[in-house]
Amino acid sequence: MNGVEFGIVIALFAVVTVIGFIAARWRRSGDMHRLDQWGLGGRTFGGWVTWFLLGGDLYTAYTFVAVPALVFSAGALGFFAVPYTIVVYPIVFLAAVRLWSVAHRQGYVTAADFVRGRHGSNALGVAMALTGIVATMPYIALQMVGIQAVVEAIGITGNHWPLVIAFVVLAAYTYSSGLRAPALIAFVKDTLIYLVVIVAVIYIPYKLGGYGHIFDSAAKALPNKPSKGGITLKNTQYLAYSTLALGSALALFLYPHSITGVLAAKSRDTVKKNMSLLPAYSLMLGFLALLGYMAIAAKITPAKGTNGKPDSNTIVPVLFDNQFPSWFAGIAFGAIAIGALVPAAIMAIAAANTFTRDIYKPYIRPNASHWEEAQVSKIVSLVVKFGALLVIIFVNPQFALDFQLIGGIIIIQVLPAVVFGLYTRWFHRWALLIGWAAGIATSIWMLWYVPNPLTNHKHFGGAQWSLSHIGIDTKAAIWIGIPTVLINIVLSAILTPLFSRLPRGVDETREADYHAEAGDPAVGPMPASPGEEDVVLGTS
Amino acid sequence: MSEHPRHKASNPDTPPAAGVPGDERTGARPGRTGRLNMRPVNLLLLIPLIGTLPPMFYNSVSPTIGGMPFFYWYQLLWIPISVAVTYVVYRATRSDR
Repeated sequence: MNGVEFGIVIALFAVVTVIGFIAARWRRSGDMHRLDQWGLGGRTFGGWVTWFLLGGDLYTAYTFVAVPALVFSAGALGFFAVPYTIVVYPIVFLAAVRLWSVAHRQGYVTAADFVRGRHGSNALGVAMALTGIVATMPYIALQMVGIQAVVEAIGITGNHWPLVIAFVVLAAYTYSSGLRAPALIAFVKDTLIYLVVIVAVIYIPYKLGGYGHIFDSAAKALPNKPSKGGITLKNTQYLAYSTLALGSALALFLYPHSITGVLAAKSRDTVKKNMSLLPAYSLMLGFLALLGYMAIAAKITPAKGTNGKPDSNTIVPVLFDNQFPSWFAGIAFGAIAIGALVPAAIMAIAAANTFTRDIYKPYIRPNASHWEEAQVSKIVSLVVKFGALLVIIFVNPQFALDFQLIGGIIIIQVLPAVVFGLYTRWFHRWALLIGWAAGIATSIWMLWYVPNPLTNHKHFGGAQWSLSHIGIDTKAAIWIGIPTVLINIVLSAILTPLFSRLPRGVDETREADYHAEAGDPAVGPMPASPGEEDVVLGTS
Repeated sequence: MSEHPRHKASNPDTPPAAGVPGDERTGARPGRTGRLNMRPVNLLLLIPLIGTLPPMFYNSVSPTIGGMPFFYWYQLLWIPISVAVTYVVYRATRSDR
């Protein structure tokens, strides 16, 4: 074990823990015993806070670890993360502001709240809520994979205690501070990550003999790896590359944790401005991806994972350990570990809010008070974190990886009800429900037929479905979420006219709601927080 | 600041909340897409998609810049372009609702 690295990681972790608890007193406004105080930070976050919060939320530790790992083992295909995070903002730019406005007016805390209110259907709301929770759980577990990779790189192997302690502490300050904790910690996380990435992309190529040498080494090594990749794509990879980028972009803002970040903003303008400036994070991600090639050039071999096999997710920590002096490697490891805590906290809060608002309240306790809602959400956030921890410790981490793959594909199935719902009520609620079910069913059916020869998995081995399954003589593959969401949309559209005589739900939203700005009065069951007006006036 | 003359809660050109509880069918307004403030400037948002989603247009090693193949620097270059495009749309539509 490297004492210097360990000491620095512990010190950074301690700083973040203190910040996490102090956050409870940060930007307090109004009654703290309300769900949108605990779960949305009182909807008061301005431009900078939102930028750091969303950046810290969307660019997770798993991304920092997994994207370079994919580039390390598969080459150019792994770079899909760059077009993915470029196109996501233009795509969600218009829809996100409409969602913010209607949520502000109606007091919605989750996307499922909106769907229930818009389409007048508890069942559709629950379908959206379950999809969100199921997709989020493995994502939280993957954040632990990021922390575990750091723990292993420091030299602590075969031991789960560091992970358990990290998550118990995280659970404690999330419970007391809610969304304010990750929002404040995100400043530390992003500063450290930027520092590490800037140093890494200058210092490591300098040590290794320049980018030319790094790409040459990668070009020589990649064709000999099991994936037979290269530094450019094969013709047969075009479809997979495009659909992976587009599909991941469509899915990203449908995850509950992304929507939590958007709804916590104090104004429509804040959301819009952030959608236009967030891509700056993608530049960092692009350079991070290149660490995969730097690891090839530096002849890094992955450390062994908890199952005793080499774990390619460890290549970034091992590269840092190998190239940086211990003190800076410690800072880099701290950055990755803190980078895991921020999204894990937001994901747990988002999943808990979704459970409380869209399952507990409509079906278990319709008369739950604001206080009770907040209390249930706080407790569920603990349950969610410990559930994810148990999966990582007692089940194979591979299970979380497979499950997360499924999560990305099923979350896109809420698109018609949420995104189309923001623009039109043409679709019938039951048509949307059947379309959703068909999308989920075909996704799982297609995933079943994807083998992974590298890990000897016969099923659920990846998200790229070979077109040879439908008799086309090619090696091309498509990201499963795209055809299945098309099935979902087409089915919803065909069934809607057929259901025209069946009762439609009542739409509790009005057209003006979709254009509302911060100063407009709230009309919903959970009006925007009392302190909000002051904040708006105070900053304008 | 709290006065928004164009958008009061009781906007006259907005129909009142459709339907009364108990009569579900009146909530239906099939085909009504509402008042969309769709401005042509929003079409600029398509530019980053066209630039980055078809990899066949940029899948090559040369020309390299500082040892970095075209495939990589081309896509990285699209990040500032994309920020510029979305920022232009943000500024142009800022006062819109």
